[in-house]
Amino acid sequence: MMNQKDFKHYTLPDEKGHFGIFGGNFSSETLIDPIKRLEIEYEKCKNDKLFEQEFHYDLKHYVGRETPLYFAENLTNKIGGANLYFKREDLNHTGAHKVNNTIGQALVAKRMGKTRIIAETGAGQHGVATATIAARLGLKCVVYMGEVDVKRQALNVFRMKLLGAEVVSVTSGSKTLKDALNEAMRDWVTNVDDTFYIIGTVAGPHPYPMMVRDFQSVIGKETKKQFSEQFGGLPDALVACVGGGSNAIGLFHPFIEDTSVEMYGVEAAGLGLDTDKHSAPLNKGKPGVLHGNRTYVVCDQNGQIGETHSISAGLDYPGVGPEHSYLKDSGRAKYVAVDDHEALEAFHTLTRVEGILPALETSHAVAYAIKLAKEMGKGKSIVVNLSGRGDKDIDTVKNLMGNI
Amino acid sequence: MSKISSVFQDLKDKNQKAFIPFITAGDGGMELTLELMHQLVDDGASIIELGVPFSDPMADGPVIAKSHERSVARGYGLANVLELVSKFRETNDTTPIVLMGYLNPIEMFGYEDFANAARSAGVDGVLVVDMPPEESQELKRILSNSEIDFIFLVAPTTTDERLKFLSQVASGFIYFVSLKGVTGAGNINVDEVASNLSRIRKYISLPVGVGFGIKDGKTAKEISAKSDAIIVGSVLVSIVDEFSNDKNKLMSQMKEKSLEISQVLR
Repeated sequence: MMNQKDFKHYTLPDEKGHFGIFGGNFSSETLIDPIKRLEIEYEKCKNDKLFEQEFHYDLKHYVGRETPLYFAENLTNKIGGANLYFKREDLNHTGAHKVNNTIGQALVAKRMGKTRIIAETGAGQHGVATATIAARLGLKCVVYMGEVDVKRQALNVFRMKLLGAEVVSVTSGSKTLKDALNEAMRDWVTNVDDTFYIIGTVAGPHPYPMMVRDFQSVIGKETKKQFSEQFGGLPDALVACVGGGSNAIGLFHPFIEDTSVEMYGVEAAGLGLDTDKHSAPLNKGKPGVLHGNRTYVVCDQNGQIGETHSISAGLDYPGVGPEHSYLKDSGRAKYVAVDDHEALEAFHTLTRVEGILPALETSHAVAYAIKLAKEMGKGKSIVVNLSGRGDKDIDTVKNLMGNI
Repeated sequence: MSKISSVFQDLKDKNQKAFIPFITAGDGGMELTLELMHQLVDDGASIIELGVPFSDPMADGPVIAKSHERSVARGYGLANVLELVSKFRETNDTTPIVLMGYLNPIEMFGYEDFANAARSAGVDGVLVVDMPPEESQELKRILSNSEIDFIFLVAPTTTDERLKFLSQVASGFIYFVSLKGVTGAGNINVDEVASNLSRIRKYISLPVGVGFGIKDGKTAKEISAKSDAIIVGSVLVSIVDEFSNDKNKLMSQMKEKSLEISQVLR
């Protein structure tokens, strides 16, 4: 574990993809060489001005960046505590931060001459973002999605189909995000010659956690610049929801060396951290190995991965990006949890008070930020990553409310 | 010399090839697995590979993945598999046992504790699908202290450079994955396997077993001309599934399939 001052020169991961004891590449042999090729290609992209230009061109003209940093004055006044600011990733094309990453990875795929894209999805936001970019680039696209999620995110399934993607409903295991990832891995190992796997979060084997973070860190870079220009200085705290953790790392990463800025990742407590119906590996799990990297996982004493629960499909995952595991153990970031009920309440509050309908995933971050604002008090500032919009969740919310 | 190495040496002296059946431990119950293990030995198994039930068997195709699910649903895990091996050892002290599984159960057990428990149970080799040699230094050291062979996969995508590296860490034998895909997939291409095997032999002197996609005696015979062992999994596991309600039939079908393969290797 490194001490606080070492965050002044934060360069992780190391060349083998390790964040301290976490991360690495735990893949089956067939994938080792293809992953190595991806790593080499990505390193080339990183040092290529043309790649950077293309990426930023797409983010600006296709996605609509930069996204606003919005001072939520109504909510701030209602809470009566710290100032709340929202980084409006919900305003991106396709409705969430996910597209930042799919644009980047699709550009890498194109350079590698791959003609077929696969992806896993939980809430369907990453699936939609992948199907979108595949449609634009004329690539074949297959999205794996757990059967349970196919039902609760029907609208996104239809969107993906409209975009020309094939959506495969995964019926193995717990039929949610982790099983979709297993199935995508199986596809990849079978079709590795022509297929590029666009992983949607900062998990998977190295270089994925690093690559996805790099693409998503546009969120934090913009936030830093905007905050300083609009309000001056640095915020006191950052808050983001954590499933796999891509929107959180995207916001956090550019601030890691600014140790005055507190960082809070919000996991899904589901029906409660005391029950076994949660999705909170950083709060309730232990270090293990899942989906190609060492990280905190929810599992039993036999090492069987636990079946998680959350009201939001996008947080319903038993693992978490390895960099979050590192930030937790090193004390740089704190990881808290918010249950289904609190998230739903925040969903309604934000909708009514600010006229912003957040995704249920994002509602977890909002719920914790409201608590934190009260604790920190007036004069402090909190930036919340408003990672996605809630249109996709309207059916879920409607069913929970009964007829209104 | 490890038990696995001496089995290969004996077979070589007799100009025979090894038959390595794979079944998932606990699929149909641990009692059934134990009975199957003894029968497999009677029907010509040189080494037995036991799948360690795991909730997320990413590298396995539908047949073996479902067998993991069935065994996990019975509540089985690594500790139960080690118990099974101990029971098997009560009456068989010669047939090598290889555990094949995923890393997370071993992480939870703890490397040292696992190596000690595996050794006293009578395990001879360990193959961890999602642990490439680059990440395996610590487990390698601990397993070799316990005199357990660390078996690694080689795939068609494995480069010559990696073969050199693998030759330094692998022991017991090499498991060559015959095709790009999951267990039980498609049809094996005999010529392609042959050319990969001669590539492997340039760098690695260990015996080489071939698995993934071998379903019958005919293919086993063709592949065995170039390799040291034939590994058969999915087709056996599907018998356990198909005849789960008729044990006599299950045992007789398993016998028939085992003999079909083992006889062509003698």
